Amino acid sequence: MTNFKQAIGVFVVASTVAMGAVADPVDDTLVLNEETTIVTRTAAPAHVADALDEVMSGWLFRGTETRAMQADDFDNPGMIFVEQAEDTWNTAEGTEGKSCADCHGASDEMAGVRPTFPKWNDAAEEVFTLEMQINDCRENRMGAEKWKYTGGDMVNMTALLASVSRGMPVDVAIDGPAQSTWEDGKELYYTRTGQLELSCANCHEDSYGLMIRADHLSQGQINGFPVYRLKNTKLNAVHDRFKGCIRDTRAETYSPGSPEFVALELYVASRGNGLSVEGPAVRN
Amino acid sequence: MRISILTMAVVAVSAAALSAAEIDPKEVNYEDGVVKASLTGVAGDPANGAEVVGNKSLGNCVACHQVSDLADIPFQGEIGPPLDGAADRWSEAELRGIVANAKIMFEDTMMPAFYKVDGFIRPGNAYTGEAADETFGPLLSAQQIEDVVAYLSTLKE
Ligand code: HEC
Ligand code: HEC
Repeated sequence: MTNFKQAIGVFVVASTVAMGAVADPVDDTLVLNEETTIVTRTAAPAHVADALDEVMSGWLFRGTETRAMQADDFDNPGMIFVEQAEDTWNTAEGTEGKSCADCHGASDEMAGVRPTFPKWNDAAEEVFTLEMQINDCRENRMGAEKWKYTGGDMVNMTALLASVSRGMPVDVAIDGPAQSTWEDGKELYYTRTGQLELSCANCHEDSYGLMIRADHLSQGQINGFPVYRLKNTKLNAVHDRFKGCIRDTRAETYSPGSPEFVALELYVASRGNGLSVEGPAVRN
Repeated sequence: MRISILTMAVVAVSAAALSAAEIDPKEVNYEDGVVKASLTGVAGDPANGAEVVGNKSLGNCVACHQVSDLADIPFQGEIGPPLDGAADRWSEAELRGIVANAKIMFEDTMMPAFYKVDGFIRPGNAYTGEAADETFGPLLSAQQIEDVVAYLSTLKE
């Protein structure tokens, strides 16, 4: 069995070379606005070292033009939504008549927040994603309505909070009270769902670098989220991406914001510990 | 479009069922992953098999495999080995077993089982993301499997 797989591996490498196909991640460095060097490749964190040597940003798997768009804020279409969120950040809403800025100051004061989410929330006694934290502020501190989990206002705000942390290493905690959620997420990552019986790991751990039809498989990292996709010309939330990938296994998906996706997000984020926050990244 | 394909599949399946020779997905006899008996008793049609292998909404085998014989189909994947010369490596009975349920021959393989209806985790209704309903059936019909096997049997180097 192993021999058979190895033989196939050799064959694939040989045929790739023969055809000159560009299947491997590129050897390129992402420098943002000619000043911030983004870590797009680094040694795998200890908890995934049995499966991967290196962890790599999805940026390395995209084409030259898509990569270039992300390197400059003037060319990155995702930054338009960051600007929109900046207005929202400073606008008072809800029964308390407060804006985000009233409690937190300027948006760039939030640098360092994105890299640690999802994280355990003591008061709620559960793991919070950034979206859950934002809605908690809206409901309980502003007296404002919750935003839809993957709606436009929400995804824009997560883009703003990611943008001010760009270049900082993802650093989610997987131990302590978050550990059991992390383990649930790991279980989901390796579960082969749907009629095609494919797990996240089948595509993003065993097959990254290879083509699946027209798609160049990356490691499925989430350090770049939310991502602006050229395909649908908008910002895409992490849970919508999870949903799309699970749907593509011909499975019944989970819902954005569900406990399953929160756990999966914590686990997938932890696989990218050490990569820089990139959001809003540009992808095809 | 999608509806018409479905309707055709249903018609094809019920027509075959009338002939009473079709083997149900749950009744297929695998010996070490090999399936000796035809699933329908009707000879496979290689031209239709080629269509199933290349078509995105049918077998979509090219998502994972390269087939030089179908060079006009763009974006062939590289997850599995190229299918060129498959008939030199495998007998018809072996190919039938691989296409119907590759997981018996190749343990833990990424290749989906195309003629299987049970044992799935959260099976969906095609690519809708919704739960499977009573229309749930195998990825390919028995005759489509036979057609694919007939096509693969022509791939000699
Ligand atoms: C059938 C193959 C397949 C499976 C299974 C799959 N994905 Fe994906 N995924 C893709 C493809 C194709 C893309 C687009 C190219 C890329 O970035 O890898 C993608 C992209 C992604 C991205 C975006 C990466 C970026 O940098 O923009 C994330 C995150 C992701 N997948 C996570 C997951 C998770 C989590 C699971 C399991 C719940 C999963 N995927 C299951 C095929 C798959
Ligand atoms: C999601 C990926 C995927 C899809 C889709 C897929 N295969 Fe495969 N296939 C594989 C892999 C991987 C192997 C290698 C077996 C292993 O895992 O050890 C394989 C092996 C095979 C083999 C034996 C390889 C050889 O030595 O020639 C044949 C024949 C085959 N596949 C035919 C098909 C046909 C026909 C279809 C569509 C009806 C199909 N495959 C769809 C992934 C796939």
